[in-house]
Amino acid sequence: MKADPNDLVRYTAEERVNHWVVGMTFILLALSGLAFFHPAFYPLTQLFGGGVWARILHPFLGVLMAITFTAMYFRFHKLNAITPVDKEWLRRVGEMVDGDDHNMPESGKYNGGQKLLFWLLVACMVLLTLSGLIIWRAYFSDLFAIAIVRFGSVVHAAAAAFMIALIMVHVYAAIWTRGTIRAMLYGTVSRAWAKQHHPAWYKEQTRGVK
Amino acid sequence: MALQSLDIIARSATTTPSPQVRETMKVAKLIDISKCIGCKACQVACMEWNDVRDEIGTNVGVYDNPADLSADSWTVMRYSEVEVEQGKLEWLIRKDGCMHCADPGCLKACPAPGAIVQYSNGIVDFHQENCIGCGYCITGCPFDIPRISKKDSKAYKCTLCSDRVAVGLEPACVKTCPTGAIVFGSKEDMIHHAEGRITDLKSRGYANAGLYDPQGVGGTHVMYVLQHADKPELFSGLPKNPSISAMVGLWKGITKPLTSFALGMLAVGTLFHYVMKGPNEVSKDIEKEFENES
Repeated sequence: MKADPNDLVRYTAEERVNHWVVGMTFILLALSGLAFFHPAFYPLTQLFGGGVWARILHPFLGVLMAITFTAMYFRFHKLNAITPVDKEWLRRVGEMVDGDDHNMPESGKYNGGQKLLFWLLVACMVLLTLSGLIIWRAYFSDLFAIAIVRFGSVVHAAAAAFMIALIMVHVYAAIWTRGTIRAMLYGTVSRAWAKQHHPAWYKEQTRGVK
Repeated sequence: MALQSLDIIARSATTTPSPQVRETMKVAKLIDISKCIGCKACQVACMEWNDVRDEIGTNVGVYDNPADLSADSWTVMRYSEVEVEQGKLEWLIRKDGCMHCADPGCLKACPAPGAIVQYSNGIVDFHQENCIGCGYCITGCPFDIPRISKKDSKAYKCTLCSDRVAVGLEPACVKTCPTGAIVFGSKEDMIHHAEGRITDLKSRGYANAGLYDPQGVGGTHVMYVLQHADKPELFSGLPKNPSISAMVGLWKGITKPLTSFALGMLAVGTLFHYVMKGPNEVSKDIEKEFENES
């Protein structure tokens, strides 16, 4: 659906569904995982039907997220290759955060910050999946030496906390940059949005059109 | 507060102090390996009193039977034939089970409030009704003791017969031991009793006899008299200097509240960023450019 014929398609329906399956599993994983992270968050287990259910569900949700995240990785990894322009963007990220984007280099479909976030999320996902399997007591922990399980527990907690922080930045950036969330909800952005935030992508999309 | 001997001084996944005005006597079980004949009466008594029956296993070629601790076998005798010095074979038999650490790694690691408790008399007990079956207690234990049941996914281990001790009885294994190799009483008395045994053993040629009450875990409420206290590993791999792993300390220490606080600050920070800098909107120039177009 294109509300305005001039709008640009940023995400296909498949990409959006994939993103939201990852997003929903992430939220459920973060809530159930935080419950085991610190006692202050233990009441979150009630959202899952109690501590035992949270413990049972968390790793299966993790498998679902790992699979759907992998699918998303193959959709977007080429678009997230870091170029010299992105490095320049990252060098000037302070100006961007300060609310002044006049001197920011022209971004393509993704700016340097989005690309860095992508690769950090990939790293977190790899660490969480591997360590998660190691500490999955019901099926796998007995296969590993206790020192490995202990190390896996530390890696899992650290990578999870870091990923939650990354997603908070991701969500905030989408809220902060007005007109962004619709791209992931129904797929399109306005031309003005594209020219403002992703000028190189805007040129590429409109080349030969006008 | 029904039973003073069941006052809880530490509780898993609980960040506020437990009641600790009353202080009960610290108890301990002392296992004198030099007196043990390996009869397994303690294993039987443990099964009887606690009403647990392990599956009938198979003979694996050695005396150890069952071969390992399980959710249904809370204590097992471990037999090792060791040539302590050239030509001097010794049969060292150790009754293995929970050591009831003063600083319990299981309790530190457990994420479920009240699933693991420590009574003021020193006993560390699992409350299975609060257990969620994650197995973190196994990750935290320096002695590889807790086991998750295949039947109910709950963790089990020796309770030091906390139910018997609460009403003034000794643990079932102590009651049944035919040679007096297992004794029970106040920790102070048990240390004193061990000293007498060690003096005796030294006079009989065991120069390195000693008490196993490892300080790395704050001391234990199950202690051993070892003929070779300088080499506890000889006794089926009893760790020499057990302590809660540094990894578990890192995993369960100050890092988690600090990280939680940092995540909270990040959330608040984004709100203030929005409030202070305003939204990142399309500039008026670009907006006008497209308005004119359509």
